[in-house]
Amino acid sequence: MNDPVVTVSDGAVELGGRPVLRGIDLAVRRGEVVAVLGANGSGKSTLVRTVLGLVPTSRGEVRLFGTPLEDFHDWHRVGFVPQRVGAASGVPATVREVVASGRLSRRRPFVPSKRGDREAVEAAIDAVGLREKARDGVATLSGGQQQRVLIARALAGAPDLLVLDEPTAGVDVHSQQAFADALATLVARGATIVLVAHELGPLGPLVDRAVVMRDGRVAYDGPPIDAFTDADPPHGHDHHHVERDLHTGDPLPVASPLDRAREERP
Amino acid sequence: MSLLTYDFMIRALLGALFTGLAAPAVGTYLVQRRLALMGDGIGHIAVTGVALGLLTGTSPTVTAVIVAVIGAVVMEAIRTSGRTSGDVALALLFYGGIAGGVLITGLAGQSAATLNTYLFGSITTISTSDVWVTAVLALVVVVLAVGLSPQLFTVSQDQEFARVAGLNVRFYNLLVSVLAAVTVTVAMRTVGLLLVSALMVVPVATSQQVTRGFRATLFAAMALGTLASLGGVSVSAFVDAQPGATIVLLALALFVAAYPVGVWLRRRERLAAPFTEQGDPFPLADEHTEVPETHAHEHGEACGHPAVPHGDHVDYVHDGHRHAVHGGHYDEH
Repeated sequence: MNDPVVTVSDGAVELGGRPVLRGIDLAVRRGEVVAVLGANGSGKSTLVRTVLGLVPTSRGEVRLFGTPLEDFHDWHRVGFVPQRVGAASGVPATVREVVASGRLSRRRPFVPSKRGDREAVEAAIDAVGLREKARDGVATLSGGQQQRVLIARALAGAPDLLVLDEPTAGVDVHSQQAFADALATLVARGATIVLVAHELGPLGPLVDRAVVMRDGRVAYDGPPIDAFTDADPPHGHDHHHVERDLHTGDPLPVASPLDRAREERP
Repeated sequence: MSLLTYDFMIRALLGALFTGLAAPAVGTYLVQRRLALMGDGIGHIAVTGVALGLLTGTSPTVTAVIVAVIGAVVMEAIRTSGRTSGDVALALLFYGGIAGGVLITGLAGQSAATLNTYLFGSITTISTSDVWVTAVLALVVVVLAVGLSPQLFTVSQDQEFARVAGLNVRFYNLLVSVLAAVTVTVAMRTVGLLLVSALMVVPVATSQQVTRGFRATLFAAMALGTLASLGGVSVSAFVDAQPGATIVLLALALFVAAYPVGVWLRRRERLAAPFTEQGDPFPLADEHTEVPETHAHEHGEACGHPAVPHGDHVDYVHDGHRHAVHGGHYDEH
């Protein structure tokens, strides 16, 4: 069982005839914590969605735990935290109910949840620090707390591979730290983690490999440089350094150190 | 004197009981997907099914089930194909259904009055075999809607997560559509095709006023639907009113009664939410100039400063400035 957890060989993805990913070769080994970085539209989100089979490949092959994606059925080994603004829907749901759906990959239809399921759900709620909110409606929580609910849902399935799409986007520092702690627990258990991020923030110390996407290709793949984990330049920092677009005056997203080196944007 | 001394009344109450249980069970999933009007659409399409039954001399219930299921599957296909004109396509289907129904009924030489019994229900005229069909179909709907509630809840709530959890999302989506179609035809004789959607949606909206969880909403909606159906049939027997309309108005009355309770509960919940110091105990000068790397306090969920989403992060409005977390300190944005 020395197969990599995730393998993408010569992967390419087209959306609406437009190439979004090209020539992707990626292997994530067991126990690695990989951060996928890149600017908006660089394909980082598409890359992880492709790995999960949510986006079809136009060429190349994706394998999970050594099995080609189309033959892969052990979905209980995979946890997914999708990118989203909120966890609410048309009908109220409690935190516990949403987290409990993380056990479905391990349950059979019409069979009531077992004791192990309920214990895993409670443990996942504890892990993200939402114990006293467990009976509350998800819609009543703050954005950061809702994101933590989604993380707990993925943790409840006790996945061997956890894939997170911008888990800390729009999440305040308190929640980010609670989330980083929850991930550290999972890493200690030997799980493999692939996460998409804009800035690593409190996650920095956990990450042992960075994959930087640029225009649908892998532009950098290696150990995270200090600059990746700390978004601050060490010297000469002032509080009004937001880079702005020359024409619109909008702040430019600083997605990776590679972008910072660039003077112009296409 | 008792209502139950009349056989037709017993059949009507049984029909109402099954409809009241099944319609909100499926309706909960439709509301969760924000497809509250889908039941209405299926009801329109089922009119054509009824008319085909009248034309061919077969049971209108059977033809209505078949046409409604086909319609629901087509609607699901249109919805998932993700065309921007999806809602227009659905509208075409709805009005095609009702116009086709009226036309075919005329061809069959039936009067509008016959069609009316299906459009607005005629629960007091249902036969023993109708009661059986209603009972069996309602039982199937309730068993699937409740038994598969963890799966259906997850698929309706977050499709991508459900796919990665290994659930067959397409199957479960189709199942909800087919269950909705079956429910519409079950409710056809009770409240009628034009009002069936009300019995699917209104009890759910009512129970949402007071519940926090999904299962609680589901079961409360089924209880409210049953209460409205049985109550509506009973009331209409005494005041000689249309049972279908009475049932729907009773369901709406329950909503009107529950709404102020919901407003009060939500208000109380907001007030109970942790709300920390309003005033800023730290003078402005301390925060930026003296210790640039440590802000006087950490902005967060409970810091009391208004949070403003800004691109990929959150700014906190602080004395007229917007503070953004940046590494170990805050930037002005």
